[in-house]
Amino acid sequence: MSGKPKLHYCNARGRMETIRWLLAAAGVEFEESFLETKDDLTKLQKDGSLLFQQVPMVEIDGMKMVQSRAIANYIATKYNLYGKDLKERALIDMYVEAIIDLNELLMTHTFQPADKKEQHLATIVDKATNRYFPAFEKVLKDHGQDFLVGNKFSRADVQLLETLLMAEECKSDILAKFPLLQSFKARISNMPTMKKFLSPGSQRKPPLQEKDIPKLMKIFY
Amino acid sequence: MAGKPKLHYTKGRGKMESIRWLLAAAGVEFEEEFIETKEDLEKLRNDGVLMFQQVPMVEIDGMKMVQTRAILSYIAAKYNLYGKDLKERAWIDMYVEGTTDLMGMIMYLPFQPADTKEKNLALIIERATTRYFPVYEKALKDHGQDYLVGNKLSWADIHLLEAILMTEECKPDVLSAFPLLQAFKGRISNIPTIKKFLQPGSQRKPPTDEKFVAIVRKIFNI
Repeated sequence: MSGKPKLHYCNARGRMETIRWLLAAAGVEFEESFLETKDDLTKLQKDGSLLFQQVPMVEIDGMKMVQSRAIANYIATKYNLYGKDLKERALIDMYVEAIIDLNELLMTHTFQPADKKEQHLATIVDKATNRYFPAFEKVLKDHGQDFLVGNKFSRADVQLLETLLMAEECKSDILAKFPLLQSFKARISNMPTMKKFLSPGSQRKPPLQEKDIPKLMKIFY
Repeated sequence: MAGKPKLHYTKGRGKMESIRWLLAAAGVEFEEEFIETKEDLEKLRNDGVLMFQQVPMVEIDGMKMVQTRAILSYIAAKYNLYGKDLKERAWIDMYVEGTTDLMGMIMYLPFQPADTKEKNLALIIERATTRYFPVYEKALKDHGQDYLVGNKLSWADIHLLEAILMTEECKPDVLSAFPLLQAFKGRISNIPTIKKFLQPGSQRKPPTDEKFVAIVRKIFNI
């Protein structure tokens, strides 16, 4: 008997947050085991639980899955969030990979040294508003549908919402020029499982704060 | 009518090389259009054919696909190199992400400052021999089969061979402690489509040298 998926990571967003989003979107309850110290990580490594000695690791369906993309792919397929055929999957993958690129930029913002922060923010805003958001605004405009791919809710919608919200945390009016993304954001946020995940008390993690960084560094370095 | 896939990239390996490997292994003929100057890249951007203004881009089955992993997943699935079910797919994905991380380190090596090269090379070899290769050696040992997943050739095998050869270019005896990987390398290299790709005159690209680094920097403004 499988039981609930169990997530092994630190008590932070990082590379596990998208997985939390996808499980939540699919309405799947999950447990979490948080790494608090280096010893916690070492224990998992010595147990042989981490294929490449790294987290995220998710215990799911008898497997100890690692590599965030592999885990996300598995969850998306299992819970029908990955399109109906190869071509829809291709579109979803293209969108998701770009979203992950933007997400990486956003995620690293808190780690920037003080003298690089302003320029990094400028890069984020430039890439978001000149490269990524226009592409997704156009997708929505061209087909006029509620969801990015195949007129059906998929991981692409979940991951885009996640990233739109993170981008707004960096600059609150970053969606000003993108009316369709604004309504997309509202629409997807209102879906029952998403609404639940966005409410206080859910397993969604807050933005990383500078004061939390030393503790995280101690676990991994 | 679909026609052959057409690859848009520079003449180097970079992020397109794994795609070349996979198409070649699947026995799929492909064309290439090379970006040689900044203007070539600008033209593609202005033509509106690069969804996120980036390459790799592959014209395939009526799509202009971008994003390396999206392209690779599509090719793998289309040509039955992605396992038979969800669980096999999960293992293939895990293994491929590992080899992607290793090859990513090697790919960036020529672009790093000269004074960090030795240290970065040492890190690559350490990761290869203590983090990545042991995993694949153990996988082969545990099931005793010829291929990594499901007793059948998959994307994971092709990607691992590519990673092994790239790492050997960094250190020729890097497989010395991994007898099963040595046998794996011999075996997979001998598959007819792959053997052909490994011969002179194929579309496989050579390692990136300093001269090419300068060209790439100009094209991408990095």
